[in-house]
Amino acid sequence: MLAYIIRRLLYAVPILVGVNVLTFALFFVVNSPDQMALVQLGDKHIDPQAVEQWKVQRGYDKPLFINDRDDSQGLLTDTIFFDKSMRLFVLDFGKSDEGRAIGDDIQQRMWPSLAVALPTFIVGLTVNIAFALFVVMFRASLFDTAAMVACVVLMSISGVFYVFAGQYFFAKTWNLVPISGYLAGIDAVRFLILPVIIGVISGIGGGTRLYRTLFLEEANKDYVRTARAKGVPELTVLFRHILPNGLIPILTSVVVVIPSLFMGSLLTESFFGIPGLGSYTLDAIQAQDFAIVRSMVFLGSVLYIIGLILTDISYTLVDPRVRLS
Amino acid sequence: MLAVQPVVLLSDLLIFALVAALILFFVQLARDPLARGRWRSVFVSRIGSAAFLVILFYVLMALLDSLHYREPLPAIATSGSVAEPASETMTEPVVHYSQEVKSVLDAVLAGLHGQDETTYSEPFSIYSFARENQTSDDGNVVRAFPRLAHAGSHLQEGDSVAADVWQRSLKSVLTGVAIMAALVILHWQWRLRCTAQGCGLKSDDMGAVLPWKTIYITLGVLVVGACWVLELGQYYHILGTDKVGQDVLYQGLKAIRTGVLIGTLATLLTLPLAILLGISAGYFRGWVDDLVQYVYTTLSSIPGILLIAASVLLIDVYIETHPEQFQLTTERADFKFLALCFILGMTSWTGLCRLLRAETLKVSQLDYVQAARAFGVRHGRIIGRHILPNVTHLILIALVLDFSGFVLAEAVLSYIGVGVDPSMASWGNMINEARAELSREPVVWWSVAAAFVLMFILVLAANLFADKVRDAFDPRSAG
Repeated sequence: MLAYIIRRLLYAVPILVGVNVLTFALFFVVNSPDQMALVQLGDKHIDPQAVEQWKVQRGYDKPLFINDRDDSQGLLTDTIFFDKSMRLFVLDFGKSDEGRAIGDDIQQRMWPSLAVALPTFIVGLTVNIAFALFVVMFRASLFDTAAMVACVVLMSISGVFYVFAGQYFFAKTWNLVPISGYLAGIDAVRFLILPVIIGVISGIGGGTRLYRTLFLEEANKDYVRTARAKGVPELTVLFRHILPNGLIPILTSVVVVIPSLFMGSLLTESFFGIPGLGSYTLDAIQAQDFAIVRSMVFLGSVLYIIGLILTDISYTLVDPRVRLS
Repeated sequence: MLAVQPVVLLSDLLIFALVAALILFFVQLARDPLARGRWRSVFVSRIGSAAFLVILFYVLMALLDSLHYREPLPAIATSGSVAEPASETMTEPVVHYSQEVKSVLDAVLAGLHGQDETTYSEPFSIYSFARENQTSDDGNVVRAFPRLAHAGSHLQEGDSVAADVWQRSLKSVLTGVAIMAALVILHWQWRLRCTAQGCGLKSDDMGAVLPWKTIYITLGVLVVGACWVLELGQYYHILGTDKVGQDVLYQGLKAIRTGVLIGTLATLLTLPLAILLGISAGYFRGWVDDLVQYVYTTLSSIPGILLIAASVLLIDVYIETHPEQFQLTTERADFKFLALCFILGMTSWTGLCRLLRAETLKVSQLDYVQAARAFGVRHGRIIGRHILPNVTHLILIALVLDFSGFVLAEAVLSYIGVGVDPSMASWGNMINEARAELSREPVVWWSVAAAFVLMFILVLAANLFADKVRDAFDPRSAG
């Protein structure tokens, strides 16, 4: 098992290098440091000296990939690519173009993101599984059909609509919760209720439908029929046989997103003004601060790969027949 | 009548090419008896054929809106002007064309378009939504809601708006019903004659099993709705006007093209890539497989929305630094739009690629594929004859399932500022405006409502249709 995990981690290295090369190419080859300097300095009539100075200050004065000026050493290391991208591997995020330390920002803004994403994830999963099980209980009935139609309708409504409706009714008309914003500590709960509810509601349609299919697959298996044939009550069949076995594919399929919960959601956070990593990224995108965007892309990829490894491990945990090799 | 200058945008070309390709694909599928049977089960269901008609209606609007042209400007008398070029010998005057690019849909909706007010107005209202200073007859300045310039301008002071709307609605609905009735009767006659004479139709033909009642009703609703909009749109702003006084319904209908195109182009632009890489990874294995797996793991590990946002920013930079390539605003917006479609496709092709690889791995183990290999049949032929037909259902299902996702994604992307060009009509841009509109008092709700409803109908139809297609084609969900 340990050997497998180590090998998977090593396999992740070329992938992360690939991610870095890709983002680097996107950001630097199309948008050269000179253009970045012009955008950041924000002046049409800027003299070349100020541009040079800006580049030296932020370390953008080096060659992009290969440093052929200096052939003794630093052929590959004394370049922008190495400086800006490969340092990320030791989680050295460097400084944003505004001069703030990105690592500190991430540590600070991670918690609000988690405070929204984790409850949404847990409540959403529970609600979806409960609904799906309830629908499966009445399978092949009019209620089943109606519930599935409702799910398709819910899925077809834009997520933005739920946000607008929620903010308008809960916050503006009925004054139950604040429209947006965030406070640290226990006060955060008031601000978190609405985003969590809306996050859960917008996921109900798709989630319930998917889990219903998985439960139905389980419900059609032979052991369930045997259980019924020997006279096990319907509810016991549902909770003792179908639920635990149906949960296996569900839980293993959601493991992959758990690490990414740290990243927060770009949309939820910007709609509700939560100072998490999602809104951090969005602000960086709008301010064209590529140092931050690059760091966030890297962080996102790392978390995704960790999620993939966790998925594999979770398979062996719930199903002893699966051996990692 | 002056001739117009056609404008061919890249996305226009692409959409027509793709629609042609899709039709060819369906014709090809229809030859295969197995696929025919599956399609029949899609269209026999009432939901399937109703959803298909609605989608067809949207696609038709998008196609009409994809035939662009520029109208010539009226010739200006240039006698003795300073800017007179040395072309006095020319007999034919040079025709200058308007910078504004119009489409055939604009011509159809001429009643709705070009009757702009100055600012917001409520649906069916003939008064503006904002008070303005007005000078009354005795010279006093009062703040009142001014009459709109166009909406209800045929009404006299004191006429009832409701009565007029009611009267015109009745007239237009009756027209629609009459058109529909004529269509139904014609079709009924034709079918009766066919069953009597058997004009080449077999008993298992689609015509015998299609749910005609549902089709008539759906078509009827669409026809009557269109009549109603065309009639009333000439006299009122059915869904009000937006901030700069443009008709909201017109904007919403123009946005159909953006929505439909983004749904189709985003998948289809990257479809060849997914098919090629997925099948060759599963078929050739070895280093090809490793390479393809590496590529799609790398791409899918980048958070999609970040990749989209970053790429859109870069396209903006490219457009800013190469202004000479784009003469018209529409061309610039179109380039950005196509790039957005491509990027959206790039973030989603990996899923299909993975599926295709797994399925190809399975299919290439089948005995007849092994036999073909043993006989020394060339790789290209094996893939074309044996593997591709076995994975077509995956491609089809992915196509229809992704469509609605992209339509919804467009709205969200425009909202965070990395969507289509602001000059393009799109539901995302309309919703984007709504952030300010919803915080007004009283609330301006009609613009955002129009965007949501029009989007909802398309996405719902697409989702329902996708469900039926999946049920019919996915062997796992059979039974």
